[in-house]
Amino acid sequence: MLKSTSASTATDHYLSVDNVSIQFDQAEILANISFDLQRGDIGVLLGPSGCGKTTLLRSIAGFESISAGAIRLGGNTLSTAKKMQPAEQRHIGMVFQDYALFPHLNVLDNISFGLFRLPKGQAKKRAEELVSQIGLSGKEQVMPHELSGGEQQRVALARALAPEPQLLLLDEPFSNLDVDLRESLSREVREIIKQSNTTALMVTHDQHEAFAIADLIGVIHARKLEQWGSAYSIYHQPNNAFVADFVGRGVFLDGDILADGKVATTLGSFERDPENVRQHQVSPGDKVKVLLRPDDIIHDDNSSLTARVTTRYFRGAEFLYTLQLANGEELLALVPSHHDHAINELIGIRLEIDHVVVF
Amino acid sequence: MAVPTLLALSGVVAALFNPDLSSLSHLLAHVLPDAVQNTVLLVIGVAFVSTLIGVSLAWLTAVCDFPLRGFFVWALILPMAIPGYVMAFTLVGIFEYTGPVQDFLRNHLGSSHWFPDIYSFGGVVMALSFSLYPYTYMLVRNAFQTQGRRSLEVGQSLGMSVKRSFWRVSLPMARPWIAGGMLLVMMETLSDFGTVAIFNYDTLTSAIYKSWFGLYSLPAALQVASVLLVFVVLITLMERKSRSAQRFSQSRSVSLQAQRIKLQGVNRWVALSFCITVFALAFVMPCLRLLWWAVPNIDVELTSQFWRYVAGSMTLSLIAMTIIAALALFMAFAARTHSSPLAKLTVRISTLGYALPGTVLAVGLFAPIAAFDRLLGHWGVPTPFLQGTMVVMMLAYSVRFMAVAFTPLESNLLRITPSIDAAAKSLGVSGVKMLGKVHMPMIRGGVATAMILVFVDVMKELPITLMTRPFGFNTLAVRIFELSSEGLWERAALPALAIVLVGLIPAFMLITRSDRHA
Repeated sequence: MLKSTSASTATDHYLSVDNVSIQFDQAEILANISFDLQRGDIGVLLGPSGCGKTTLLRSIAGFESISAGAIRLGGNTLSTAKKMQPAEQRHIGMVFQDYALFPHLNVLDNISFGLFRLPKGQAKKRAEELVSQIGLSGKEQVMPHELSGGEQQRVALARALAPEPQLLLLDEPFSNLDVDLRESLSREVREIIKQSNTTALMVTHDQHEAFAIADLIGVIHARKLEQWGSAYSIYHQPNNAFVADFVGRGVFLDGDILADGKVATTLGSFERDPENVRQHQVSPGDKVKVLLRPDDIIHDDNSSLTARVTTRYFRGAEFLYTLQLANGEELLALVPSHHDHAINELIGIRLEIDHVVVF
Repeated sequence: MAVPTLLALSGVVAALFNPDLSSLSHLLAHVLPDAVQNTVLLVIGVAFVSTLIGVSLAWLTAVCDFPLRGFFVWALILPMAIPGYVMAFTLVGIFEYTGPVQDFLRNHLGSSHWFPDIYSFGGVVMALSFSLYPYTYMLVRNAFQTQGRRSLEVGQSLGMSVKRSFWRVSLPMARPWIAGGMLLVMMETLSDFGTVAIFNYDTLTSAIYKSWFGLYSLPAALQVASVLLVFVVLITLMERKSRSAQRFSQSRSVSLQAQRIKLQGVNRWVALSFCITVFALAFVMPCLRLLWWAVPNIDVELTSQFWRYVAGSMTLSLIAMTIIAALALFMAFAARTHSSPLAKLTVRISTLGYALPGTVLAVGLFAPIAAFDRLLGHWGVPTPFLQGTMVVMMLAYSVRFMAVAFTPLESNLLRITPSIDAAAKSLGVSGVKMLGKVHMPMIRGGVATAMILVFVDVMKELPITLMTRPFGFNTLAVRIFELSSEGLWERAALPALAIVLVGLIPAFMLITRSDRHA
């Protein structure tokens, strides 16, 4: 069973997805998914398209039924294989991928739409608060089609937040926006959600969005939740080769497990990360793959260890070099961009690996 | 090209502003009050009933799932193949005192006196609603299809029940399409002539006909036509407005097929029986009734005379099809190459005619044509020169059906972007060669659609043909009208079947096209 790699020792499991499986017409979409979210946290489900992450989100919203396990929120059971609370009784807000704003209503009416239980005046006041919170003051009467993509997105967010939902779900909310906008907007969205002290769960295929917004990230692949943890642990202490490869860049070096448990590579032998030791059992003599991130390799002209530059990719502040070692193995290195080296040049490198992870 | 439209309009509008007092007083006292009241009631009644039928069927087939849904998606479009005047006399044949339904009731219940009279307001509304609801159905279904279940989910995620979400979200979001369908139905009802005539229900269109062919008073006919025109303009303006609302409401998402709501228990059978009832009443029973009448008399009816009517219809439809498609093509190309305000205005005016009732067109064109003939007479040309010739018919048809041909051509031409012209020229192909090698192949489908639609519409058309045809010239539609207004339904059945068969062509074209989009 998968264990959380984050330090979540608190007993307050606000949203709890417990061993959930989902089937469509006998075909299994998701198998044995488990994770918890604490009150006020923002979780992100990250995975390639078609991995079933949106289906999981829709089952939490109450639009899809589950075939095994249970979904609980704040102590109430929302879904089991047998019983399903109707979506409208769950008090779960949702931001849809296409926003699904009501084209026939203006900004203010869109936002106050879900406040039909409040008296008119109160609903209007709450909606106006939200309009100013999302920075659209003065555009209350504007129709959705007159707004930019980013503004529409924020209106959709405000509409979902207006009834003060117990949980906010966001389905690929930035996928319709320009790439340049995505990161800045995801920061903004994080601020708005945190201000309202809402617990939220988002689905995306973009790791930069996930890093920008998440407290906790779950990587979903091939029907399974591969890992659930903080952005830091997902990047530096991946559970398996898929997560290591899907999140961030990196290469794998061949390694051998020594008698003392260290791992020997062509660049020397290293102590393994304790989390990796706990996750991944190996015995002396095993052949393994060692993950090296580009930021593990430091360019150092004084180093005796050298590697040959094979490709270079200018990224502004830094170069991403592909380097070849004497034995033909390749490395990636991020180097400040004033170190301009030509292809085939030999440059000195030094290793600075905080987390040695092997598979 | 806008000239015929303007001519027809000017005659009628002139009548509006220069009332002919002698005919007006008679009209005001005896004709107009009833005709106006009847027309307004009819338009409201048909709009209400066909919207009710169309919207509920659209919702069921687009968003819900129940047995035979896939079949009804397209089958429910078929009643549009039956023109109102055919629907009218078949429904009368089915539901009147001596018809099969009341016969059945008498034999099994002993009496049928309680059965409502088909010759009533309800009867006209039913006949028109059955042949017109497919317009609303198709438009609204399209809207619901793109909304999908999403609109309900938004409501649910904001804490509304499914039922409440339907009323507060799905229905308001489809409102521009519902309004569009309803206004289209209202326009068709305003221009209907055959259906109301068969039911002896006096409206403005039948008043125009009676003033002209009964009282032989063209001024009176023009006077009534001008009143009808006021209603037409009103509804056309509203329709324009609803269309611009549709543009802004276009949803970007395409719903997933698998996400239909599976109806459970008794609901699915209610949905199924509703679909069966509408389909049976509006299509199966009328067709069976026609066959029932036609088959036993087929030897008697299938005479050389019948074939003369077919030939008459075919001649008119083929000539009109060729002329109108060519004119529309010319206009579409001209509007594309010369995007001057004048060109735009010409297109605007010449495609306005689809809103003009055939009766209004017939009387509107008659006055200028007669004046033209008189002018020729002064110069010694034997008269009548144009009056009572096919030229007048073609003029009237091209006003009425220009939009039908222009719309598919225009949407095809829009696909030929300026960069396609540039690409052709950069490869050394330009001028006439570009027209033949690039443009024509790209719009071939549009030309075919335009021709078929005009062909079928002319064949079904009744008032223009009836009121402007050369003396002694007969078509299927005119024959159906003459026979059915004398109550000779058995004899009208065979030509009616022919018209319905032809009418099925565009219905199936619409069906295959909507399949491709779904």
